[in-house]
Amino acid sequence: MKQDCDKCGKPATVHLTEITDGQKVEKHLCEDCAAAEGITVKANLPISQLLEDFILQTSGHQETSDLECDVCGMTFSEFRRRGVLGCPNDYDAFEPVLLPMLQRSQEGACEHIGKVPRRAGSTQKKHNAILRLRAQLKAAVASEHYEKAAELRDRIQELEAS
Amino acid sequence: MKLADLPHSAGEWLRGSGPMHDVVISSRIRLARNLAGMPFLSQCSAEQQNELEGRLRREILAAKVADEVLYVDIAGANELDRRLLVERHLISRQHAGASHPRGVAISSDETGAIMVNEEDHLRIQVLRSGLDLRDAVDDIHRTDDMLEQRLDYAFHQRYGYLTACPTNVGTGLRVSVMLHLPALKMTGEIDKAFRAANDMHLAIRGLFGEGTEASGDFFQVSNQTTLGKTEEQIVEEFLGEMVPHFIEYERRARASVMKRRGIAIDDKAQRSLALLRNTRLISSDETMYLLSLVRLGVNLDRIDDVDLQTINELFLLTQPAHLQRILERELSPEARAEARATYIRRRLGTD
Repeated sequence: MKQDCDKCGKPATVHLTEITDGQKVEKHLCEDCAAAEGITVKANLPISQLLEDFILQTSGHQETSDLECDVCGMTFSEFRRRGVLGCPNDYDAFEPVLLPMLQRSQEGACEHIGKVPRRAGSTQKKHNAILRLRAQLKAAVASEHYEKAAELRDRIQELEAS
Repeated sequence: MKLADLPHSAGEWLRGSGPMHDVVISSRIRLARNLAGMPFLSQCSAEQQNELEGRLRREILAAKVADEVLYVDIAGANELDRRLLVERHLISRQHAGASHPRGVAISSDETGAIMVNEEDHLRIQVLRSGLDLRDAVDDIHRTDDMLEQRLDYAFHQRYGYLTACPTNVGTGLRVSVMLHLPALKMTGEIDKAFRAANDMHLAIRGLFGEGTEASGDFFQVSNQTTLGKTEEQIVEEFLGEMVPHFIEYERRARASVMKRRGIAIDDKAQRSLALLRNTRLISSDETMYLLSLVRLGVNLDRIDDVDLQTINELFLLTQPAHLQRILERELSPEARAEARATYIRRRLGTD
């Protein structure tokens, strides 16, 4: 059964059942009306859009547009215009702006816990192994696997001491 | 292995088999990598770009990442060959259209490709038929490790692998699956799938087709988060939660349309096949539209004299650059419509 949008009559794609004071109210809305009501956001925001939105938001800040990388010479406003960074050092040079941007686009994360190149040395590898064990420990505690948790805690302590 | 051999058949990844092949056409994984001590491409001088291209070409070939590797100098290739590589998903549109020194290394079965001097110094890609991400991720790590022995990658204690665009930083890993969702399109529930993708932090976009990208029934779903998860986590989330949702939605929609108007679906599929078998002039978009319905008919056991591999091959080989390479001459769009129709009739056994 196809429903039309309560507001504009276009085909409804968002269906809500709300219970207010014991009264059941059904709502049928199209995507646009649902977005206008603040129920959903427009789907499928491309990465470039995300970047652009963020850069637009932060570009008013005086201190951010002045940032410049002393290795490749790229300025923050140039990054804003081109959408790509100039060199690896930009990550440190633009950190005040990049960090919140990363958190926004990366589900709140700002630390790498994945693969490490062998040449990056053992410190980073160890650091990441510990981070990973910590994530497992958290899951073990949450699911009440206490024996496993104790074992993980020991391994973390061992690694940290080594 | 020669570039001229490619256009006559589809790559291994389009063979139409592999897990969940009724809904999942193919799986793709790519890694973005840059060399330490070098600017990203946009800040490289022409000399540095040249140096990078030469060095990376030598190291890739010396690393023997596959039994047989074909390296194509994209800057020196003609336009038709560049478009052919885009159609085969071996290089990006941007890589084809740029003008600086750049290339691509391709394994002989086309399941592996490494773009040199794209947005990042290296873009390593692995393709598989069906939903086959675990094998793909093993394969890409192997290639990455072989290259890492010869190259110093730009790597940051906190942010991981550094990439030109911060949306790739961390793992540099992008997982994409190509899905065939004709029933969700028919029932109008595709919007729901789009919203679900958004909620799961996935990007979804239309695929195949020359003009309006989302016009067909093919969609590519990929992860947007590259930082704060391990490579294995990203892949497992895809396999464990995300892709099964889409497969389940689509299969349910197929069952529902068959139950409600099975005869109408049967009719659509049979008419599409009859049209393809008798066409004399056909555009690329109409071909995609009809092939999608035939594919649905095969997957719902309505059509039994065409196999999925033939359909998948037709998706690819009827595209403009492929047609022109197969016929070994340049064709106007009008001439292509005729050549395409002839080719389709031959492949579907009517000529």
